[in-house]
Amino acid sequence: MNFFWEARKVILLSVLIYLSVKAIFFFGYVSQYIEQITLYALIVILASLGLNVIYGYTGQFSLGHAAFYGIGAYVSAYLTKIFSIENIFAYIPILFISGAAAGLIGYLIGIPILRLRDDFLAIATLGFGTLVRVLLDNSDKFSEVFGGSRGFVGIPRLTTFELAFVIVIFLILITHNLIYSRYGLFWRCIKNDELASASIGINTFSMKLMAFTYGCFLAGIGGALYANLYTFLHPSNFDILKSIDFLIIVIVGGMGSIAGTIYAGLIWVGFIEGLRIVLPAEVVDLRWVFIPLLLIALMMWKPYGLMTKSRN
Amino acid sequence: MELLGYIFQQCINGLQLGAVYALIALGYTMVYGVLRLINFAHGDIFMLGAFIAYYLLSRFTLPIYVVFVLTMICTALAGYIIEKVAYKPLRNAPKISLLITAVGVSLFLEYFLSLKAVFTPNYIAFPRPFEVEAFDLSLFTITNVQLIIFSITGVSLGLLYLLVYKTKQGTAMRAVSYDKEIASLMGINIDATVSLTFIVGASLAGVGGILYGIAYPQINVFMGVMPGIKSFIAAVLGGIGIIHGAVLGGFIIGLSEVFVSAFLSSTFRDGVIFVILFLVLLLKPTGIFGKRIDKV
Repeated sequence: MNFFWEARKVILLSVLIYLSVKAIFFFGYVSQYIEQITLYALIVILASLGLNVIYGYTGQFSLGHAAFYGIGAYVSAYLTKIFSIENIFAYIPILFISGAAAGLIGYLIGIPILRLRDDFLAIATLGFGTLVRVLLDNSDKFSEVFGGSRGFVGIPRLTTFELAFVIVIFLILITHNLIYSRYGLFWRCIKNDELASASIGINTFSMKLMAFTYGCFLAGIGGALYANLYTFLHPSNFDILKSIDFLIIVIVGGMGSIAGTIYAGLIWVGFIEGLRIVLPAEVVDLRWVFIPLLLIALMMWKPYGLMTKSRN
Repeated sequence: MELLGYIFQQCINGLQLGAVYALIALGYTMVYGVLRLINFAHGDIFMLGAFIAYYLLSRFTLPIYVVFVLTMICTALAGYIIEKVAYKPLRNAPKISLLITAVGVSLFLEYFLSLKAVFTPNYIAFPRPFEVEAFDLSLFTITNVQLIIFSITGVSLGLLYLLVYKTKQGTAMRAVSYDKEIASLMGINIDATVSLTFIVGASLAGVGGILYGIAYPQINVFMGVMPGIKSFIAAVLGGIGIIHGAVLGGFIIGLSEVFVSAFLSSTFRDGVIFVILFLVLLLKPTGIFGKRIDKV
């Protein structure tokens, strides 16, 4: 109970946000499409939060985050399809199983690769991302249900606004508490100086592994919500560009800032999807010309993100 | 006997692909040597080389050796500009900032060139600068394209060796990769050396781009992504920062890719390369020829 009491302000705020969003939906000012992208924004925030734990708080650079997002999505899609789940209460355990599957794979892959640092870690995670992409492309060889490069079809639509909202708020609170627990302190310590952390007795490897596993768990839950929202999955949704999406959200929002990730996730989804409504398709194609320029400009002038308070 | 011939044939094909990878891997390994940066944009310079050659061949119908020289000049210029504009301001920034910038440069080049107004996002056919002839050597056949690829790779490699080990600039390059600060105390111009490294690496990637276009005559603005990453893996496999390591790594990666396609399934070939990467990083992260990871 203490958990809820301590988080009362956040819970109150989220109830208010929930009611106002519901009111907007109810009075029908917005289309189905806007509802869909609001849900999508929640999912993106959750997965980016996972990357923020890994990169923003613990300093372990990952270019393969979309792989874990994809693992969560495929596990959830598979389980809900073969058990033909329609009840939302039966879906919640599957959601956490999908997250745990992504976390477990993150743990197993983290044991070898978290010994590497900086750019070698980047190339190893990038490699893992490509490997997962190749496996997903060939997944119809293991079971016809996966569909391989044709895509996974016929996933039951189970993600509702209520479910996604409650799950995301709950996990944001958990993440917040973790970050300000002693483990979170160790993570931030490792980010600032790994050698110094080791010298004061922090088991840096197991702490890095813990952060990585937890980040992958969040990505897996995000992926599961995504799978049961769009009811169709394709391996190309989980490639390097998706990982870079998450990376941009973390960097724009500020490394090591939960609120920043939430704002940046909303702005990002609103920007990308909003442009699609307002502008013609030819102009929208230009966005991948400007996004890299934004990334380069950020690295030159604000390398720790737009919304961070202090430099390390 | 038939199987043996098939294996030999695949070996030749693998060496052909490996030669292109080796040319790209050299640029990665040299840039990593002097700046400790994985230059993600290097694969796109390779792509740029193929596109420039395409334009020179199809619009101006220049002879092939002129195309080689002009393409090398253009890609060298591109490498020089990228280094000056994007990487130089971040020379003292955290490593990851530099890496993210490199990813940004790579994405920018791909998506800018894929605009309809610039190039095109579609596949285009690379013109054949000469007729393909196959020589039958009873056990396997070898084409003149393959012979040209092997000889050009060999010549480039020889010239690079002369540059790095026999000239003053090459000595400066090795000194900078050994210790940047001490090198600058010894009066070596760091900026000029880094620029030279980018120029040499980019012109080799340009050569690789033309050869790739001749050997696999279909080009696309995203064609540099996978060869770029695989060549970097080749550089890691051979020992990053070591020239002959990059070449050996390139050949190993090319051969394994071709053999996986021939005997397993072509859909798994990218996966196998990354399995090799994991094995190298786990078992011998310094690579085949490497002694210490932070020294050349």
